[in-house]
Amino acid sequence: MKRKAIAAEARLLLIGIPVFLWTAIPIYHLLLFAISGRDSATSGRLWPTHPTLQNFSIVFHQQHFYLNHFWVQLGNSLVIALTVGALTLLVATAAAFAISRLKVRGGRLVMNLALFTYFIPAAFLAVPMYKTMGNYGLLNNQWALILAMVTIAAPYCIWVLKQASDKLPWELDEAARIDGASPLQLFRLVYLPLMVPSLVAVGTYALLLAWNEYLYAFLLLSRDDSVTLAVALGNFLAADDSPWELLMATGLVYALPPAAIYYAFRRYMVSGLTAGAVKS
Amino acid sequence: MSAAALPAPAARKGLNRWQFWGRALIAPYVVVFAVFVLYPVCYGLWLARHPASYVKLIDDPIFFRTAINTIVFIVVGINLKMLAALALSGFFVQARWWIRILAVLFILPWAVPSIPTILSVRFMLNPEWGVINTTIFRLTGLDGPNWLNDPTLALGFSMLMHVWKSLPFWTLILVAGRLAIPGEQYEAASVDGATRWQKFRFITWPSLRGLYLTSTILSMIWTLGDFNSVYLLTGGGPADLTHVLATLGIRYLRLDQVDLAMASIVVALPLVLPLVYFMMKRLSK
Repeated sequence: MKRKAIAAEARLLLIGIPVFLWTAIPIYHLLLFAISGRDSATSGRLWPTHPTLQNFSIVFHQQHFYLNHFWVQLGNSLVIALTVGALTLLVATAAAFAISRLKVRGGRLVMNLALFTYFIPAAFLAVPMYKTMGNYGLLNNQWALILAMVTIAAPYCIWVLKQASDKLPWELDEAARIDGASPLQLFRLVYLPLMVPSLVAVGTYALLLAWNEYLYAFLLLSRDDSVTLAVALGNFLAADDSPWELLMATGLVYALPPAAIYYAFRRYMVSGLTAGAVKS
Repeated sequence: MSAAALPAPAARKGLNRWQFWGRALIAPYVVVFAVFVLYPVCYGLWLARHPASYVKLIDDPIFFRTAINTIVFIVVGINLKMLAALALSGFFVQARWWIRILAVLFILPWAVPSIPTILSVRFMLNPEWGVINTTIFRLTGLDGPNWLNDPTLALGFSMLMHVWKSLPFWTLILVAGRLAIPGEQYEAASVDGATRWQKFRFITWPSLRGLYLTSTILSMIWTLGDFNSVYLLTGGGPADLTHVLATLGIRYLRLDQVDLAMASIVVALPLVLPLVYFMMKRLSK
């Protein structure tokens, strides 16, 4: 019996170790570069002989041609992500409340249109979106990226919020109506407090989506002081002799906030975002 | 006016008030949809109205190669990923302390933005300084292959990059699906002496089949829009041989050939729309 248990454990390890390596190697490689000096990064060692924070110092002091606008670009990423998160939350919560609790006429149609948007491949919508933003005169304006990201994030948020909202008991609404509550009071005093976990999940989703976005940011913004950090990282690719170690250090700085937010809200994210999927 | 008649107008006014606020609250999204989805889609289709664009597109040798690449990416890449996710979901539901820790790490590729990690892999594959060829040289004294200069290998690595990035998400979904299966079914099967395969075949798969199919189709649609895995790793090269539809459309756009960009998207619609329709039917229930 004991031998059988050991064999089972060994079998699991036989899967676990490759999974660990598969996941960790690209990330570890990134980390290794970020703390290696210019020449030692490519030595092929598992740990640099002289680990250094020099790269981060160069990044934070903007001491390289590619990094002249580092702080502005980090700020752009932050402001855009926060604005997208807040706007999406506003638009999606209002829409989900109207569809699910107020049973507004045409709500079902709007839900289907939103789902349709959710299923359009992102790169396909990017081409007409780019032309449209040009027609609206918004190219190179950060609002173009913000509005594009709200458009992309909102459908899924509306859908998740509607699913969660449909589960709230109707008696609550009836009680509130009998007590003479107005729709806005129902929204503010009954609906919002009960929806907090889902609101956290979709708000975080929209915020991370905007922070991580590359394609739309790269298409819609181009001035060095208006692009996000994602675009700035992509610009490193322009030359063959790019300073990899600086790119990796910047990339690490860029990747840390979303990873931290994800782990902080993991409880909400996983239950909120997978609940709908499992249902179907 | 009699007292009994009074509540009626009040009730109607009340109803109007609920419908009024319903419309007011749904309006912002309707505006967003009209301005940033409906108008762009119609405008895009209008730009793609000339038959000449399609003739030009078909005549572009890059397009044919792109179509093949896209199909390979979808058929091979997605099925590989979903089968791996199905298998790994069975691994991650095992109750072990170290598997729980591994699960936390495993989610990282999905939780971090794609650019830094894709560029990290791109540097690993660099023929001169990349860690892979440096290691090959140290071990054998030979020069390793120029990984991303071979279109087949480069496309393969793009697919692996895509799998690396999105495998955690689908595994998580299938884990949730497996956890929803009542444990008693497995206990009963164990009592009856069922093998591991029989348990999968007769308990797990029937419960998971619907979710697996939905996930595969959703993943296919989304992967058509995966720009990063190809663009950031290979840039569509060498010699524009590793483009997929997502990167080809953007390439035309950058070359200011918007009609071709839209045409390359429109030709994919017969493939995409049935999938989208299927998903909408499934999710709007």
